Amino acid sequence: MIIRLRGVRGSIPVPGPNTVKYGGNTTCLEIITDEKEKIVIDSGSGIRQLGLDQMAEMPVTVNLFITHTHWDHIQGLPFYTPLFVPGNKINIYGAFDPVYRKDIREILAAQMEYCYFPVRESELNADITYTSLQEGEPVVIGSTQVTPILLNHPVLNYGYKIESNNKKFFFTGDYEPATNIYDEADDGYALYQEMVDKQNEIITQFIYEADAAVMDAQYTKEEYVTKKGWGHGTYDSCIALAKKAKVKQLFLTHHDPTRTDDQLDTIFDDLKNTYPDEDGFILSPAKEGIEIVL
Amino acid sequence: MPINKDELVKMVDEVPAFPASVHKILDITSNTDCSPKELVAIIEHDPILTIKVLKLVNSAYFGLSREVTSVNHAVVYVGINTIKNVAISVATAGVLPDKNKAGLDMDAFWLHSLSVGVIGRLLAKKHAVPQTQQANYFVAGLLHDIGKVLFAHFKPNDYKPVLDTKARVPAPLFKIERKMLDVTHSQLGGMLAEKWQLPPDLIKAIRNHHRIGKISDPCDIEIAISAANKISHYVEEKQHDIEAQVPKISEVESEWLGQSIEDVIHSLDNLEEEIDRAKAFINI
Repeated sequence: MIIRLRGVRGSIPVPGPNTVKYGGNTTCLEIITDEKEKIVIDSGSGIRQLGLDQMAEMPVTVNLFITHTHWDHIQGLPFYTPLFVPGNKINIYGAFDPVYRKDIREILAAQMEYCYFPVRESELNADITYTSLQEGEPVVIGSTQVTPILLNHPVLNYGYKIESNNKKFFFTGDYEPATNIYDEADDGYALYQEMVDKQNEIITQFIYEADAAVMDAQYTKEEYVTKKGWGHGTYDSCIALAKKAKVKQLFLTHHDPTRTDDQLDTIFDDLKNTYPDEDGFILSPAKEGIEIVL
Repeated sequence: MPINKDELVKMVDEVPAFPASVHKILDITSNTDCSPKELVAIIEHDPILTIKVLKLVNSAYFGLSREVTSVNHAVVYVGINTIKNVAISVATAGVLPDKNKAGLDMDAFWLHSLSVGVIGRLLAKKHAVPQTQQANYFVAGLLHDIGKVLFAHFKPNDYKPVLDTKARVPAPLFKIERKMLDVTHSQLGGMLAEKWQLPPDLIKAIRNHHRIGKISDPCDIEIAISAANKISHYVEEKQHDIEAQVPKISEVESEWLGQSIEDVIHSLDNLEEEIDRAKAFINI
């Protein structure tokens, strides 16, 4: 399987001279299985160029998995050209929002209402299907299996594990590891911690020995102090999870929009010094355009 | 007039929460950095907010379907923001009126629910139930009478004669309900809990809290809530200087408690203190 990172920026696209090296497009991952099936995770602005590239191969069948419906993970969809062309088949998967009681189709269609965009969802000419996923229930695409797991974020967010020909790839979507809401002196602290530990163990087991993982590391641990509850992980939280789960290659993504190429260089130089490549663990920054071959 | 239970259960999504909780939820969530533990404390003291959170996390969308019993567990599982959103959506839907046409005393209802929750948890502790499960006893106590709110809120004209009769006749409320409405608040609450796919033990505790002696092989939580309900009524009566009679308990409760009701009450650490704390929390 080949994974191409089409968008690695968090929150909002940031084109410009300071984001040329790591890229300014928001989240989109393209996955080509060994059987040449097309899987895409998230439709941030990175999906626009992917759509243009796919136009050369039409008609295409694409399985698009949405981790969650915050703008930076869906804003590219109205500009994803294959949706407009008859003969293409686009299968869209995502979570039902249990708070607002809307399925993935309703939520995605809302951003194509006429006041936001000139073409309505009902006018798209590709053959489009929508499926609301239940946590833990795998979707089978040829010999590949895609399984969602619920990960903590302000809206319901699914991380996706993709397993194909004995290779395992994982993407968190946006994920802030659960923390204890109580202070150590509080009555409920120990019990709550037990539940947090259990939940973390479930996630660790889910991704255990993945060949590669892309994880949300928007903040440094210093920044995190004032960003707690915003729904994102830190470089350190991702590395800790990856090491615990014996993930072989870890790519850190969802770069903060304020982060320049130079700043990311410095951050990753430091991280590489602290966590040098070793047998069974390689750490890399997610860069727009890179390919992970498994 | 018999009540259409299915119709009532369908209407339940509309039921608003208690005014004090709604006020607090709207107040603390107006700050984006609202304290999660404060939010959880508000939710877990309000039967309506609690049951709606449990409904969400036990729904079929999640893999842990039918296993989440406490608000805390829900927060760990789906995240504080989702729970906050549920609480806000319930809070903005309105408030339960202080006075309902049926004449159900909402403050007394709320206090009794909390009191059964508190006693249920103390009994669990006394019975050496693992700490991880003690919170389930509180939740079951908090929700055991939820059916009464549904009656009072959605069928006030049918429920008023029931409550009026209860004020005149010394019979238990559930018997009057059965006679006049053909369904009891425990059955109705049980139906709701079942429809919302709450954990099986919780459904049973709600459904069977007036018929523990009649069911075969009751589970710990069912027995505890049945006993806690009786203890709570007894304590409440005593506080009102009524010539309170020690409640009759079934064999299964007696065996589970291992002591007489009076001895149990004496042995419950901090019972009054804990009830007072709950009372202060809900501004009664």
